[in-house]
Amino acid sequence: MDLTQVKTSVLLSGPEIIVILGACVALMLSLVPRPGQGGLIAGLSLMMIALAAAMSVTLGHTPQSAYQGMFVIDGLATYFKLLLCLGTALTILISSGYLADENADKGEYYVLLLFALSGAMIMVSGTDLLIIYIGLELQALSIYVLVGFLTTNTRSNEAALKYVILGAFSSGLLLFGLSLFYGLTGTTQLGAMATALGDADTNDPLLVLATLFLLAGLLFKVGAVPFHMWVPDIYEGAPSPVTGFMSTVGKVAAFAVILRLFMHDLTTLAPIWRTSVVVVAVLTMGLGSLAALVQSNIKRMLAYSSIAHGGFLLLGLLAGGSDGLASVMLYLLVFTLMNLGLFAVIILLNQGADRGEPIWDFTGLAKSHPGLALITLVFLLSLAGIPPTGGFFAKFYVLLALVETGQVTLAVVAVLFSAVSAWFYLRIIMLMYMKETDHPVKVQITPSIQLALIVTLIGTVLTGILPALFLDTAQAAALAGLS
Amino acid sequence: MPIDFLPVFLMVAAVITLSALILTLSRLIRPHNPYPEKNRPYECGVDHVGEASAGLFKVQYFVIAILFVVFDVETMFLFPWAVVLRDMGLFGYIEMFVFISLLLVGFAYAWIKGALEWES
Repeated sequence: MDLTQVKTSVLLSGPEIIVILGACVALMLSLVPRPGQGGLIAGLSLMMIALAAAMSVTLGHTPQSAYQGMFVIDGLATYFKLLLCLGTALTILISSGYLADENADKGEYYVLLLFALSGAMIMVSGTDLLIIYIGLELQALSIYVLVGFLTTNTRSNEAALKYVILGAFSSGLLLFGLSLFYGLTGTTQLGAMATALGDADTNDPLLVLATLFLLAGLLFKVGAVPFHMWVPDIYEGAPSPVTGFMSTVGKVAAFAVILRLFMHDLTTLAPIWRTSVVVVAVLTMGLGSLAALVQSNIKRMLAYSSIAHGGFLLLGLLAGGSDGLASVMLYLLVFTLMNLGLFAVIILLNQGADRGEPIWDFTGLAKSHPGLALITLVFLLSLAGIPPTGGFFAKFYVLLALVETGQVTLAVVAVLFSAVSAWFYLRIIMLMYMKETDHPVKVQITPSIQLALIVTLIGTVLTGILPALFLDTAQAAALAGLS
Repeated sequence: MPIDFLPVFLMVAAVITLSALILTLSRLIRPHNPYPEKNRPYECGVDHVGEASAGLFKVQYFVIAILFVVFDVETMFLFPWAVVLRDMGLFGYIEMFVFISLLLVGFAYAWIKGALEWES
């Protein structure tokens, strides 16, 4: 590599470098204990994330390759990086109050969030299987620690340990798939791999095995059935803001990798994974929607709900083409907004992590805090996919892409499961508006969580009112990525 | 393509054959005379007492082991880097300093947090 190449590479990976430098500075700051330290580091982290996002915007949509073809800036990468930055910034905004309540307001929390963000950004920009794997591990290792961040809470510790073991297992599956691909094609770079696989026989048992292992490893990360069993336990045990972070940023990054691998570069593999993804998507939507019906812990319920949403997102993969790609991208944006919004409400209602988060906490909220109840109502309607909210259009465009490619049966199944899943969101709305309680929860709204609520609310409503605007952005990014 | 991996398979085969051969050979030649003292982990005749005898280790060992792995990996990178430094030129030189400074951040954190203190 000569020096001009080095310069372009450093420039193109600027957002990641900014985030990592920010994390290092925050780590050093966290060593100087003083009152109000958490707020200072949170502010610094937000600033770094804003800088990284601005840098991403300036880098733009034109495909540019760096680090000898291992790293790329294109429409997909830029769109997802901005989405990841948004998700992390919202997580930081909703965290501070919760951490103070749980006596865990340490600077390391924000450092780990920044490292997880940088890992996720590397994942969405990587065009080499090893780079993608390294990004994935950086993100996963940070999240393992974040899940166990409440050191005195046994549920949090248990969840962290479970996640480490299952995460290592799924990384093993993924790595095995990667090594088989390397054995078959002699390269780990996606571009060269696509050329090598150009006219490969899709019945070759080794290629089928490699594809299935790669797919299984990635489906594990997004929590699709039959690799979903870790999701409810870990979502329930993790500190609430971390659960919000995992279910949005973690999911977005994993889906970005799935989209890049299976819809952008290795398109020749489609005949191999198609049938299994159809089965997985239907099972995921079914199990997620049905199991959520009987949950009495709000985080557990949202875990199953996020599994069901994952199934819906896989449908976009099946629809294929730039329409399918854009619909998944829009869905992930809307999901990030509405899910983090609801998690902000859960954090406001938090009565201590030891007590758990029973859904009865929502009882009578409309009477004691009408404004908050209204905001919650919007998020729940959006998650259920009821129009004028963003959630409806997210689902609508996925279904549209499916119907346009002639997969009407799948679309009908998806609508049916979506109707089932509306019930458990409506149950919470009923608790808020139809029931009364003698012990209304006390809610203290801090300015930062207020800002997060406003941003997510505006986002959820705006994607519902002007869906075409957001879809056009996603489509432009998808086309810039596909060309 | 699979033919490229032939040396790897030969290597695996050689390793398995050699270890099987050595184990069988020593089994045939050596005297076989076990008794309780001899079966102990340490054959020095002293009864093992204290923490380690129950199979428990102080948690400090864990932190030390983790830190060791970090610097072990650093050394593993430094050796090949030193060998090809002349070919990589200035870029390779700076690159390694980036790596080491990132590692130093972690090291400073561990040190100031007291991970290297034996008594807490």
